[in-house]
Amino acid sequence: MTEPLLSVKKLSVILEGRTIIRDLSFEVRRADCVAIIGPNGAGKTVLLKALLGIVPHQGEIRWSHEARLGYVPQKIAADRHLPLSARDLLAAKARFLKLPGAEIEQVSTELGLTNDLLSTSIGTLSGGQFQKVLIAFALLGRPNVLLFDEPTASLDELTEERIYELLQSLQKKRGLTVLLVSHDLSVVYRSANMVLCLSKGKPCMGPPKEILTPAMLQELYAGPSQYYQHIHKHEQLSHDSRERE
Amino acid sequence: MLREQVPLLVLAMFFALAAGLVGGIALMKRMLLAGDVISHLALPGLGLAFLYKVNPVIGGAATLFLGTFLVWQLEKKSGLAIEAAIGVIFAAALAIGAAVIPNEDLAESLFGELPRISPVGFFLGMAAVLFVILSVFLLKDQLSLSIFSPDLAAATGVNVSRLDLYFLLLFSLTVLVGLRFMGALLASALIIVPAATSRQLTNKLSHFFLLSASASLFSVTTGFLLNVLVLKFTTAGPTIAILSAALFCLSLLVRTR
Repeated sequence: MTEPLLSVKKLSVILEGRTIIRDLSFEVRRADCVAIIGPNGAGKTVLLKALLGIVPHQGEIRWSHEARLGYVPQKIAADRHLPLSARDLLAAKARFLKLPGAEIEQVSTELGLTNDLLSTSIGTLSGGQFQKVLIAFALLGRPNVLLFDEPTASLDELTEERIYELLQSLQKKRGLTVLLVSHDLSVVYRSANMVLCLSKGKPCMGPPKEILTPAMLQELYAGPSQYYQHIHKHEQLSHDSRERE
Repeated sequence: MLREQVPLLVLAMFFALAAGLVGGIALMKRMLLAGDVISHLALPGLGLAFLYKVNPVIGGAATLFLGTFLVWQLEKKSGLAIEAAIGVIFAAALAIGAAVIPNEDLAESLFGELPRISPVGFFLGMAAVLFVILSVFLLKDQLSLSIFSPDLAAATGVNVSRLDLYFLLLFSLTVLVGLRFMGALLASALIIVPAATSRQLTNKLSHFFLLSASASLFSVTTGFLLNVLVLKFTTAGPTIAILSAALFCLSLLVRTR
């Protein structure tokens, strides 16, 4: 059996005296797309930060030696007055990590970031453009693992759809392993092959069909499930479209 | 008169470049006013130095760096915003400063003087400003990343907490060099105003730093010469600060953003 890309054992994170994550263990294989779900305050964002090594934690987080991480944070409230263009931001990372300058052009072309957009002040970009810049930022340095923290929060549905299409095509093209925090269970159902459920009770992990059951969602969100209905509707739509084909 | 002042003018010009660059970063971090207050952390040290007849630069440096370190610790440990942390330390520093500075030295502490600078003072001052300029140049990318998003910067490998302390120390070092000829009240004028002027004129990062340093250099050189050759005040600080503010007013007329 091959070594997992990521192995987490008995991970606990305590911030300002509050236990956010307690005794969490799971594994991620190469090219998996793992969706991390759970109610607000369950520690999804903190888990990503612990995996990135930017919050203190106890327990073991072991990345395989070949893992190179890219990170797309939750929507950043960029200061409109910052004299920083998208190109400045990408160039700052490229210089700091001593990456070849050509990589900026390559990633920008791949994501359809035009010269005009790259020269625009970062605080004045639209939500969708801004997310694309963050994805481009994450892709610099040729990561093989991407950690996405609600990459489409506060975006309209059309833009959200485009961003997820982009993620899926990137994952296929680059053979990326993805860890995705999302509140949108229809997206989870569509994109992920594994779901990690963080709840106040016992966390669990498995394929979406096993995890996203009405009973589990009831327990997870302590309320019935508009999520389940949403998924059900999505499944119905997928079914209808398959029928039409 | 001018000949005697040449070393001080050269030091002031390099100080101006450092102040323009440090001010640019401080503006991006939204800590310009907080930075203004940092310069007052030198006051208790200046007061004690006057009292015990020690070199004022040594006294000022001691409390400036101690205060800076306390600000960093307070921000880190208490979770206070940087301006709140600076506000707390500032209130204490100002009170102690006012209590211990002898009345006859108060104006000099607040507004500076035109001292004759010793060769050692000149070389130490030059070493300090060159160190600041080089550091800002080398840390520009890390600072940009951490200002944009501390999390993203940390995930990229930047040690954000250490960088914050390093920047506060660079800021204090710059203030310290400017303290003698600008005074505690006006030393930070050259850090704040040129950066604000430059921000009116460009959105591009490299132009922003270049314009900020240029505006600072222009204010210092012109203000210094004007004072030595025409006005002959005991300190060039106010002339330099007024010129800097005038440049800012001009920038409002030609702003591009």
